[in-house]
Amino acid sequence: MASPSNILRWLFCATVSLGFSADAHAVDPLVIEAEQTRIETIQRISAPTVAIFDDEGTNGGSGVLIRPDGLAVTNFHVVSDLGPFMKCGLNDGNVYEAVIVGIDPTGDVALVQLLGRDDFPVAELGDSDTTRIGDWVYVVGNPFLLATDFTPTVTYGIVSGVHRYQYPSGTILEYTDCLQVDASINPGNSGGPLFNEQGQLIGINGRASFEKRGRVNIGAGYAISINQIKNFLDHLQSGRIVDHATLGATVRSQSDGAVVVDQILPQSEAYRRGLRQGDEIVSFAGRPIRSVNQFKNILGIYPDGWKRPLVYRRDGEKHEVMVRLRPLHSRSELMPKRAQLAPPPRQKPDDPEEDDSEHPPTPEIPSGHPMAHLFKQPRIPEEYADLYEARDGYANYRFNLVARDRIVDEISRLGEFPDGAWKITGTSASGESFELNLNDEVAALTLGAESFLQNVDEPFRDEPPGTGGLLAAMHHLRQMLIAPEDRFTEFYYLGSEPLEGDGETVEVLIATRGSMTSRWYFRQSDGAFIGYDTEIEPDADPCELRIMNWKTIEGRTFPAEIAVRHAGEDLGKWSIDGLTFREANR
Amino acid sequence: MIFRNVRHLRSLTAILVMLLSVASLAHAQSTREAIKSVLPRVVKIFGAGGIKNLESYGSGFLVSADGHIVTVWSHVLDADTVTVVLDDGRHYQAELVGAEPSLELAVLKIDAQDLPYFDLNQLSEAGPGTRVLAFSNVFEVAVGDEPVSVVHGVVAAIDDLSARSGRYDVTYSGPVYVVDAVTNNSGAAGGVLTTREGGLLGMIGRQLQNTQSNTWLNYAMPISELATTIREIQTGDFSRNHDDESTEIVDNFDAIDFGIVLVPDVVERTPAYVDAVLDGSPAKSEGLQPDDLIVFANNRLVHSCQAFEEELGRLQPADDLIVVVRRGGTLLTIPLTAPRAIPQR
Repeated sequence: MASPSNILRWLFCATVSLGFSADAHAVDPLVIEAEQTRIETIQRISAPTVAIFDDEGTNGGSGVLIRPDGLAVTNFHVVSDLGPFMKCGLNDGNVYEAVIVGIDPTGDVALVQLLGRDDFPVAELGDSDTTRIGDWVYVVGNPFLLATDFTPTVTYGIVSGVHRYQYPSGTILEYTDCLQVDASINPGNSGGPLFNEQGQLIGINGRASFEKRGRVNIGAGYAISINQIKNFLDHLQSGRIVDHATLGATVRSQSDGAVVVDQILPQSEAYRRGLRQGDEIVSFAGRPIRSVNQFKNILGIYPDGWKRPLVYRRDGEKHEVMVRLRPLHSRSELMPKRAQLAPPPRQKPDDPEEDDSEHPPTPEIPSGHPMAHLFKQPRIPEEYADLYEARDGYANYRFNLVARDRIVDEISRLGEFPDGAWKITGTSASGESFELNLNDEVAALTLGAESFLQNVDEPFRDEPPGTGGLLAAMHHLRQMLIAPEDRFTEFYYLGSEPLEGDGETVEVLIATRGSMTSRWYFRQSDGAFIGYDTEIEPDADPCELRIMNWKTIEGRTFPAEIAVRHAGEDLGKWSIDGLTFREANR
Repeated sequence: MIFRNVRHLRSLTAILVMLLSVASLAHAQSTREAIKSVLPRVVKIFGAGGIKNLESYGSGFLVSADGHIVTVWSHVLDADTVTVVLDDGRHYQAELVGAEPSLELAVLKIDAQDLPYFDLNQLSEAGPGTRVLAFSNVFEVAVGDEPVSVVHGVVAAIDDLSARSGRYDVTYSGPVYVVDAVTNNSGAAGGVLTTREGGLLGMIGRQLQNTQSNTWLNYAMPISELATTIREIQTGDFSRNHDDESTEIVDNFDAIDFGIVLVPDVVERTPAYVDAVLDGSPAKSEGLQPDDLIVFANNRLVHSCQAFEEELGRLQPADDLIVVVRRGGTLLTIPLTAPRAIPQR
C-alpha cells in the first residue's frame, strides 16, 4: 500500500512530465543558459578588441588590449605600413591614438600602446597549450574593415589543429606552433584575438589559407599562440625589433624516424656543450622531437638568447645540456623592407573565375583595404610626440629608454660609486685571500702568490685562465656601478628570460664595449639585481657571476658573496670583505 | 501545501537541469572523444601532382585493421609510389587494390596490422540539419605525426550530384551530403564526414563546381553508396578493377565515317577545323563546309580535334550527332546520324 507521500511524489512526476510534453515548444533551459553565457562572453571579449586604422581609415586590421594602460597586441603586418602612430577604435565608440611599441617581424607580432586612458578593458590571457582539437573558439575583429562604429565582428568555430607549422611565405615571417581554426578569419581580422569558450585569449589571428575561391575564408585560418607571445612580451616592450632563435644547428629526419643533427655551427653554444653532427635530438625545451617540423615548431616560439634544455643521444647514451639560442637573423635582415613585407597584391574577393593559385596554397596574410599599399608621411601627434623616438634596430627607442631607466634606478639604489681606483679584498673560492684592483687602465688580481693583469685597452682575455674572464667581468661591474650610460657603447633593455633556462624570470640589460658584452639579470618579481654573464668576445663561453649575498660597505650596497661559473662548471664562491676607493689619478 | 508543492517543483526542476547539464557535458565530451577516435582512422596520402593546380597530396581513411584505405580515385594515385602517413607519423608505401572510377573510389592497402579503422558494417546516416564533422589533410597543413584537420558544419541537403570538374562532367551522379562548411578544399578529397559522435557518414569528394551556378561544392558521398563496392574490392570479388576499365578505349567511329576531314592534328589542342567534306556524304548534304570550326558535339564543348574524335568514338550505331559549328561570326547547327554499323578497320 502506497503511503500518501509516495502518491504525492508520483503525482509530481506525472505533472512534471505532462508539463514538459504539453509544452513541446518550450526551449530547454540549458539552451537558454548556454545562449546567455555566450552573449555575456561575447560582450566581455568584444570590449578589449581593437580596430586599428591609419589616418584615412582605409588601411588596418585588428588588435587586442592586454593591459589597462593601453598595451595591445596585433600583427606586425597590420602596423608595418601605418607609421609610428595609428588610430584605434573600441566598441565604446571612441577612437584613441596609439603608438608603436615593439615589433617581431619573424613571428608577425607587434605591440602598440593605446593612449589617453589607464583603465582600458583588457582580455584575460589563457594557456594555449591546453587548447585541444575540437574546442570551441571565438574569432573577434574587424574583417573587411566593416566596423565603422568599432563594434567587432564575432565568428565562431572549432579548433581544427594545434601545434601547426606554417612555412614562410616569401618573407622572413613564419608561423610556428600555431592554432588552426575553422572560425572565419578574413582580411582585416589580422592581429585580432582568438578566444576560447571561456573567453580567454589563446591566440592572435594572422593568416588564412586562400585559394581559388578568392580572398575569403575557406575553413582554414591560423593564429599565433598566446604562449609564444607571452615569451616575447617583455622583449617587445623593449621597443626593439626582436628576433627569433636558432640552435646553430640544422636537423633532418632519418628513415627510421629519428631527427638528427645535419650541420652544426662550431660557434654555437650547442657545439660547445658537445652537440655534434649525427647526434639524435631526443627532446628540446622539454618536448620530445619526432619530426623536423616539430623541432622548428618548438624553436620558433622562443626569443633569441633564451636558454633551453636539449637532450641528445649518441651511441645509445643520452646527454642533457642547457644551451643559449642564437639569433636567427642578422640585424640588417630584420630592418623592415617595406616592399617585401607589404601584403600581397589584393584580388577581388568575390571573383569566382579566379583560379590561378599554386598548390599547396601558401596561406596569405589577410590584411585590410585595397589602399594598403599607399604610403604617407608619418604623422606624429603633437601631444604624444615625446612617446616616439626613431633609432636603427628599434621600432620605438623611447620604450627602451623607459624600461632601461627603470632598471638603472634599481642599480643606483646600491649607492654612489666613485670612478677612482677600486680595491676589493676577500677570499677566493679556493680559500686563498685575494686583492682585486680595478681602475680605468687595468684590472689586476693578486691571488695568494699568483697575480693576473688585464689592461683595459687591450682585448680582454680569459683571466684568471679557466674562468671565462673573471677580471673582465669585474671590470664591467665597476663600469656598470659607476655610470652605465657613459661607459658602454651599447646599453639597452633586452626583455626577460627564465634565468639559466629553467629558473625564475629575470629582466635583462645588455651592455657592450668593444667586443665584450655582459647580460645583467634583475629578478622580475622584485627588481633585485642578481647577477650577470660577461663574454670576452662573441661566441665565447661567458664568465657567469651570481650574487649570493649583499653587504653594506661605507653606505654602499656591494656583493658580499659571488658564485662563479664558466662553461657549465661551478667554480665556487668568492667572498668579499672590503671595498675601498682612491681618488682618480688624472 | 501549495507552497510545498512549488518548492518541490523547484528542486525537481533543479535536479532535472542538473541531469541535463550532465548530459550536455557528456555530449561535449563525446564530441571530443569522437574527434579523438576518428583522427587515427584518417590518413594523409602523398603521390603524383605538385604542378600548377594539381596538388600532390590527399586524404584517405582506414577500413580494416590490416591496412585497407579508402580514398578518391584521382591523379594523386597516378604515381610510381604512393605514400600513406598515419596520424602517428608512420610512413607506408601503398599499393592500389582496386578502383571504381564511376564512384570516384579507390582502395589502397598498406602492410600493417592492428590499425584503428571504420567498420563498414556500422554505417551512419544523417538527414538535413544534422551537425557533422569533416576530417581531412586540407592544404597539406598536417605532415608527419600531426593529425589531420577537423572542421564542423551541418548537413544542408541531400541531393544528387550535378557537378563538373573543369570542363568535364563528373561521372558520379548519385546522392551526396551537401555541407554548409567549406569541406572540399585542396587535399580534402578522401577525407571523412562523420556525425558529432564520430559515426562515418561519407567520403569527402574532389573539388567540383556546380554545373548550373559554377559555385564550388562542399559535399561528401554517402558511405552507403560506396560500402558494397569497397567490400568487393577488398575481398577481390570486384569485377571491374581500374585496369580493364580505364584502359578500354571505345573507338566506334571516326570523323571520316561522317564524310568529315579534319585539319591535321599537329598540336595537343588543334582546334577542330573542317579541312574538307567528302562529296555524297551526310555532312555534305547537311551543309558542312571546309573551314567550319566544330565547337560542340552533342552539347559537349569540343576544344580540339582529339576531343571531337573521342566524342565520335563513343557513339553507338545510328546515334544522333548534333554538331554546332562556327562559320564567320555565326553558329550553325548540323544534325548528323551515325552509320548503322561500326566500320571494320
